[in-house]
Amino acid sequence: MIARRVVPWLLVGPALLLFVAVVLIPIAMTLLLSFHRWGQFTGIETVIVLDNWREVIEDPYFAEMFLRTFRIAVLVTVAAALIGAPEAYVLHRMRSPWKGIFLLIVLGPLLISVVARTLGWALLFGGETALVNIVLLRLGLVAEPVRFMFTETGVVIALTHVLVPFMVLAVWASLQRMDPRVDDAAVSLGAGRATVLWRIVLPQAIPGILGGAIIVFALAASAFATPAIIGGRRLKVASTLAYDEFLNTLNWPLGAAVAVLLLVALAAIIVAANRLVERRFAQVFE
Amino acid sequence: MAFLALEGLTKRFGPYLAVDGLELTVGQGEFVSLLGPSGCGKTTTLQMIAGFVEPSAGRILLGGQDLAGVAPNRRGLGIVFQSYALFPHMTAAENVAFGLEMRRVPRAEREARVREALALVGLAGFEDRFPRRLSGGQQQRVALARALVIRPEILLLDEPLSNLDAKLREEMQIELRQIQRRLGTTTVLVTHDQGEAMALSDRIAVMNRGRIEQVAPPHEAYERPATPFVASFLGKTNLLAGLVRDGADGPVFVLDGFALPAHGAAPGPAIATVRPERIAFADAGAGLAGTVAARVFQGSHWMLSVETAAGTVLVIRQNTGAEMPREGAAVGLTWSPQDMAVRRAEP
Amino acid sequence: MNRNGWIALTFHALFIVFILAPIVVVCVVAFTPEGFLSYPTHTWSLRWFRAIARYPEFVDAFFASLWLGLLSSAIAVALSVPAALAIARHRFPGREAITALFLSPLMIPHVVLGIAFLRFFTEIGLGGTFAGLVISHVVIVLPFALRLVLASAAGMDRAIENAAVSLGASGLTTFRRITLPLIAPGVASGWALAFIQSFDEVTMTVFIAAPGTTTLPVRMFLYIQDNIDPLVTSVSAAVIALTVLFLIVLDRLYGIERLLAGRAVGQDDR
Repeated sequence: MIARRVVPWLLVGPALLLFVAVVLIPIAMTLLLSFHRWGQFTGIETVIVLDNWREVIEDPYFAEMFLRTFRIAVLVTVAAALIGAPEAYVLHRMRSPWKGIFLLIVLGPLLISVVARTLGWALLFGGETALVNIVLLRLGLVAEPVRFMFTETGVVIALTHVLVPFMVLAVWASLQRMDPRVDDAAVSLGAGRATVLWRIVLPQAIPGILGGAIIVFALAASAFATPAIIGGRRLKVASTLAYDEFLNTLNWPLGAAVAVLLLVALAAIIVAANRLVERRFAQVFE
Repeated sequence: MAFLALEGLTKRFGPYLAVDGLELTVGQGEFVSLLGPSGCGKTTTLQMIAGFVEPSAGRILLGGQDLAGVAPNRRGLGIVFQSYALFPHMTAAENVAFGLEMRRVPRAEREARVREALALVGLAGFEDRFPRRLSGGQQQRVALARALVIRPEILLLDEPLSNLDAKLREEMQIELRQIQRRLGTTTVLVTHDQGEAMALSDRIAVMNRGRIEQVAPPHEAYERPATPFVASFLGKTNLLAGLVRDGADGPVFVLDGFALPAHGAAPGPAIATVRPERIAFADAGAGLAGTVAARVFQGSHWMLSVETAAGTVLVIRQNTGAEMPREGAAVGLTWSPQDMAVRRAEP
Repeated sequence: MNRNGWIALTFHALFIVFILAPIVVVCVVAFTPEGFLSYPTHTWSLRWFRAIARYPEFVDAFFASLWLGLLSSAIAVALSVPAALAIARHRFPGREAITALFLSPLMIPHVVLGIAFLRFFTEIGLGGTFAGLVISHVVIVLPFALRLVLASAAGMDRAIENAAVSLGASGLTTFRRITLPLIAPGVASGWALAFIQSFDEVTMTVFIAAPGTTTLPVRMFLYIQDNIDPLVTSVSAAVIALTVLFLIVLDRLYGIERLLAGRAVGQDDR
């Protein structure tokens, strides 16, 4: 029957048409746009030139900005792994009903508006409500107030908060696949708690940590609202710069070049990381 | 007159030949089993009869009509799936009523037939239970009632008892057999369990690698297996390698000094198959000499593993209360010539 | 299973403080009686919640977000269900590539999507329209719906549908009477997750929302860019409260980790 071959295409057809029309074509147009010329008075000229790409690659301002973007993303990824993975393990070992309650508390913020969560950090970092510095000074951890607003430190802390639930989720999922009796087996063979953690649990959690790291890194490198609010107008990252070029300077071709470069760099890093993870941990992934 | 006929039925999945030119006829009211190990093509055959898988070649005839081009929902077959495939969001009665609803049977008649079908499988009073609140055996019965209530021309059973525990499985075998006899529904069972196939079927089709090796009533297939595969798959059997020689009263099969008449066998290296329950202990010094390596008591019978010059021989003896040889005891084994099938050894 | 030791529990307590602090701070500051940002040390006041009503830009933006979320998630689910069934049930050329395309909005930076949509909609004359917003939101929330529907379709025993067919049900009847009721939990949670993703989206929307079609997160973001005052904290607190309510309901119905992981993670207590 020919009908059987047509059925899946009829089913995916509507969504496929939409995605071709509204994802593939616009992205191709953006790529094209990055090669167009822009003038203060002429606007966008539909010619193919390399001006924007030359500017993005040669101007040290862009190099610094991309370096900052990826530096922040790396720091956020490391911080998220360092606090998210242990938290996932703690949650994994909890009992009902605490497990469910804390899972909700830890993962729930993913669904709360990023703007609202970042506003919270802006309140904690600056002005009359700067609780963070009050606590740090009270505890004697610092001698004078630390500047968080408009600094990379502030952006990293706030972004870690925004993205750490993804790490917890990824590690939690990999811990769930573990057979709890394997721990018992290790203990029965004479392993102590630290040894079980280091030799048995961690190796099994690593695929989850790496999977979570890829997600956190990608989202941190392309984050917009948090760096825009905490970083302010001067501490630019790739997304906020592209936003400025589009909506303030109105130099769309240059903004498109920045965005395309971000997309390409990110895609390259994610594909490379995925390859590495898959090759190194092929056996662990079932 | 064949009611269901498979003619040259073939299914290829890419280069893999899952079912290879199957020929089988099933008479009206007959119970036929497709028996074989997993991957032998029996389930694919069933799926082709049901219409879920399209044959690559060959025909399926039902009452003389070719089923090719008849949609699976128009074939009018009742199927009991291995996983039961009950509709989890419907009660037992709703499950059974579904097929009648599809046939637009009027409500009053529908309700009566559902009640009747559930009573037939011994589930009267369970009408409003949801599947997850039924035991495995009860779910199995609902699945059977659901398949039977539409009065199918053929009942297809796909490993229906494999998810039940051993005791329940035996009870269900007997019940299934009684229900099938009473209704006279033509039935095709797919199973890998030779005990189940022998207990239920009028005839067994033993399948191996996409082909049928033998079609015969259970007793006949067991007693006179057509191929070594059938012999080893249907029950336990001993394969003994020896030599056929011409003796004074015709050919004899010789095994480590023990000789038995083998009528019609050609001289040369040969393999004899003997069922373990047909082997008896001979008087001292006679028969095939061996040592008891292990013995296992199984209630109604004993199982003994005897080391001989021809290899390990399995012996099953009825428990009559008589003393059995202990482990390490020297014994002689013997059997009657008609309990032995002798085949030329393949080089 | 062993309980956590005191080191683990101390770490856990600090982690929870870290997670909750910014959210709690917003909610507390929102109750300040003062005209500037401060903690309500003496009395709690609702004055800034009452003030929201006097700023129609927030109220309008809330309703814009609500309709946008409802519409785009409904369309996304309507497209996801058949697509997920095709992907889960059929083997066809390009299946992997198509799945990757459908999930790609999860990995493409939303800034890039925002720019791409801005350019595209301007070219085809949908720039700044509500229709443009809906189309773009359908694209970015579809992966969330698709993953959940896919998980429930893949987890379903194919034999159940075959059973219905063998009993005489047509393809459409089987879908309506058997398949749809069985994947309903996945469909419902996919819809809920898609809705909330649309409701919260800011990065992409900030590029294509026009003054008349601004959503609530975009309005909040633009407001914060100018200045932070108690008004925007009370709006944020209201959004947080609504989300938490929605979240608790979702968790009761489906389980938060299954919702976010996009697959069944397994039994809760093993």
